[in-house]
Amino acid sequence: MNFDPIILTLILATPLAGAILLALIPEQEGFDKGGESIDSKRHAAGALVVTLLTLLLTLHLPAHFNYHASPHTFQFEQNLSWISNPAIRYHLGVDGLSMWLIVLAGFLAPMGVLASWNAVQRRTRLFYSLFLLQQVAMLGIFMALDLFLYYGFWELSLVPMALLIATFGRTENRRRAAIKFFLYAFIPSAILLVAILWLYNLTGTFDLPTLQALAGAHHIAASPTALLLCSIAFLVAFAVKVPIFPLHGWLQDAVTEAPTAAVMVLAGKLGLYSILRFSFGIFADQSRHMAPLLIALGAAGIAYGSLIALIRTDLKKLAAFSTLAHVSFVVLGIFTFTVLGMDGGIFQILNESLIGAAFFLLLGLLYERYGTYEMRDYGGLASRHPWMATMFVITSLAAVGLPMLNGFVGEFLILSGTMQSIVVHHVLWTTLGATGVIFGAGYMLWMIQRVFYGSPGVRTQEVQGWDLCSREHLELWPFAALFLIMGIASPLWMRAIDTYGAPTATEIAPSGAPPSAQITEQIHSTPAVADSALARNSHIPHLTDARQEVR
Amino acid sequence: MSTNLLALLPELILTLTAILVMLLEPLLAVGASRKPLGWLAILGSLGSGVAALFQLRVVHALGTLTGFYGTIQVDAFSIFFHLLIASIVVTTLLASLDYFPPDQISHAGEYFALVLFGATGMMFMTSSAELLMVFIGLEISSISTYILAGFRKGRATASESAIKYFLLGSFATAFFLYGIALCFGATGSTTIAGIGAGLAATKTPLFGWLAVGMVLIGLGFKVSAAPFHVWTPDVYQGAPAPVVGLMSTAPKAAAFAVLLRFLFEAAPTDRHHWAPLIAIMAVASMTIGNLGALLQSDAKRLLAYSSIAHAGYLLVAFTAPEPLAVSTACFYTAAYAAMNVGAFVVLTQLSGFDERLRTIDDLTGLALRRPALAAFLAFFLLSLIGIPFTGGFFGKFYVFSAAVHSGYTWLAIVGLANSGLACFYYLRLLTALYARPTTDTIGDAPTPHCLSIPAGLALIATAAATLLLGILPNRILSLTQRAAPSTVAQCVMQK
Repeated sequence: MNFDPIILTLILATPLAGAILLALIPEQEGFDKGGESIDSKRHAAGALVVTLLTLLLTLHLPAHFNYHASPHTFQFEQNLSWISNPAIRYHLGVDGLSMWLIVLAGFLAPMGVLASWNAVQRRTRLFYSLFLLQQVAMLGIFMALDLFLYYGFWELSLVPMALLIATFGRTENRRRAAIKFFLYAFIPSAILLVAILWLYNLTGTFDLPTLQALAGAHHIAASPTALLLCSIAFLVAFAVKVPIFPLHGWLQDAVTEAPTAAVMVLAGKLGLYSILRFSFGIFADQSRHMAPLLIALGAAGIAYGSLIALIRTDLKKLAAFSTLAHVSFVVLGIFTFTVLGMDGGIFQILNESLIGAAFFLLLGLLYERYGTYEMRDYGGLASRHPWMATMFVITSLAAVGLPMLNGFVGEFLILSGTMQSIVVHHVLWTTLGATGVIFGAGYMLWMIQRVFYGSPGVRTQEVQGWDLCSREHLELWPFAALFLIMGIASPLWMRAIDTYGAPTATEIAPSGAPPSAQITEQIHSTPAVADSALARNSHIPHLTDARQEVR
Repeated sequence: MSTNLLALLPELILTLTAILVMLLEPLLAVGASRKPLGWLAILGSLGSGVAALFQLRVVHALGTLTGFYGTIQVDAFSIFFHLLIASIVVTTLLASLDYFPPDQISHAGEYFALVLFGATGMMFMTSSAELLMVFIGLEISSISTYILAGFRKGRATASESAIKYFLLGSFATAFFLYGIALCFGATGSTTIAGIGAGLAATKTPLFGWLAVGMVLIGLGFKVSAAPFHVWTPDVYQGAPAPVVGLMSTAPKAAAFAVLLRFLFEAAPTDRHHWAPLIAIMAVASMTIGNLGALLQSDAKRLLAYSSIAHAGYLLVAFTAPEPLAVSTACFYTAAYAAMNVGAFVVLTQLSGFDERLRTIDDLTGLALRRPALAAFLAFFLLSLIGIPFTGGFFGKFYVFSAAVHSGYTWLAIVGLANSGLACFYYLRLLTALYARPTTDTIGDAPTPHCLSIPAGLALIATAAATLLLGILPNRILSLTQRAAPSTVAQCVMQK
């Protein structure tokens, strides 16, 4: 049987059905080791089964992806009429940009369930239902090709997250954090809806491929100013969700409060994907005009995030600002409109999500043991928890961009892309970005030093923790393995990403920017590694060329 | 065909049922349950709904039904509102069956009858093609709701509610009546079509303007649009919860129906004159409603301010040209009715007759004690916010796309920014439902009684309507779109 036409609907329906089912199953009381009454694990187990099934289904996509499809076409499409007036369609599809993001969302969900296994002991029914609903919204965002449908998932994604923060937040501040998160995202989204309606009024369609074609042929009949305003409405709504500096006001509170499983999927990919898909897809010219500003903001975000992370002693706040720095890297890369920057940026979305998720997971494990995120309370843990220390070090090294691990590939491509771009002051922005790498190494390694080495802290003396248990090993090793595989075999991912990144960058790139076109050609024509089909689009061998060129 | 009783069939059924309820009431023993009367009333309102459906078939086959010398006009437009009002009344009655405590049970019969009489007046408003008839309908519905507002006898807030509503309401009706008089003076007619023709031909536009303005004030009060909204919070706070659910939706729907008919049929040529005025009223209502709600801690007052804001969103639809405006406004009215009645059914179930749980603090941690009720309320609140896949979202979507379509993009931006503002207070309530109670005192609060089956039915019906309007808005929209062209056709026909 051919699953291709319905696979996306299946991927969406699985967690949705799971969420409804879990909401209907009543909670059952069990007892923990100390004899305290807690909910039994039936909801957690159910959620694990559902998320694993979803992951399995998402793997269908890379297995059957057609790498030779022409640019701007979508695969696994499903296109049904939903509402006739206004013309809203249930239109789903996948291309090189969204494919790995969908798999990523599929992968993070079971990890999130495992991370909440012991951390969430009460009201598990509510927790796992909301968590699965959040996954539906996220997957929907990556798949929707109808602007209206997309907007539906986009708004929907706010609700479970806000409720998760409000209900399962850590401190008394949780409700404030949830409302702040919701308002920050909702108000620009409301303006985004006006922009979508305005576009519909002009073109009579919500269909993304149609709109893209119309915009590409300059067939949208509106003044340049109106189009620019419209594109700003799109961009601001996405930028808040990323968040792009200086719209990151919600991030610290939300990250501090949110439970581990929620914070793993909180920032980054939804907003960045939306910029790539919609801002670049519909507003190519306007995006090019705004690129210098966004590159500057990206570089500023890297510097600002890294510097603030350096002075934070609360581990979650540190992680929040390191997230800001990492997503700013992606912003920097994609707005250069060079093939290297674009591909690297998209790859870095995957890296950032994985590294961030692993980092938050580890912080969650520490919190489960010692009940604090304050760095000063820790110290000298390495001898007590050798495995955990190892995992922390691996994750930190991936985050700071150690060669052979995945972070390096993304950051290197982005910085090379920035250097190549013809945007003003590109040397300055590259330098700022590179400084961010150094600061990044600074705060991550400093954090490792303060938590795991030195003399034992107050809290670590009081409480006797334990090293990783087998469930926790199961959570962390896939991440570690992925860091390594994505670091040394990036072409496996790049191959799909490049089918989106290269044509998009080439089309949007400012005229008179030879490098991107040349490099694309170079990438595609170098025969040196042609004996391996996978390596055909490999960037790694060409990085040396690119580096030489830059020199 | 001067007296066409078919044209008044739903109203007749309602009135007869109400009279029957009044007659049977004294026959029941003093302390006996009034539930049979309630079921009778429900049956009656269901019957009127069925009658409206029958009218729809007749209208489809034979065209618009007119009666009583052209003062009653039954078309798809009025049938839509008949059905809506009948559904709201059925839901309200279902939710009120178990509302009365034993010591108040003897008043339940009057209550059921008054709800039916009020609904009669509202239906009458929507099928009148003549302003004096509209006025009579308005009075029937208003007087019933004045009494219903003060139904929690002996409580200061209830008396305040009823008296405030009565005084300000009569003041507003006086404006409306004065407007009718001016219309008659300006055009020599009191039928809507006659006024339209007269206003188009008049040589003294100022007179006509004044008349339209007065009517607008009278109806603005009924829909609680700013600046005629000041009564809303106090009245809603003091009135019984199921009554608030009724009077925040059904009379408003009727008044909006009259406003639609009046503005688009009596003054259609002047659209560009009065549309900016309506836009200003819309902005004022949205902003005042939402800003006012930010400060509220009482759930009913919060929803009162939210209803002012929603009247503002609805008014945005009036800036569009006729067919679009009518279908959009009809859709929004239906969506708002479903979610708001639903929210008040939950509040009714939670707090009961003596309103034990009123403030947001009282409701904190509700999900722990009553997960099903909390989930329903959360769903209605999400719909009020306008989260996709709910009726509230499509309502807002259609309204603001109508505004963008007719060149009022600024209004859409203001409106959607306002809906962003509105999230804040809805979320305050919503997150409170799911929060852990901050103090242990919540354990001492009286546990509300179990969910009764009729109230459960009401909740499921409103939630299903809200969800269906959010997932398959096509069906209801095609009905409302059929409602729109018929009014245009008559307008053209009668000129």
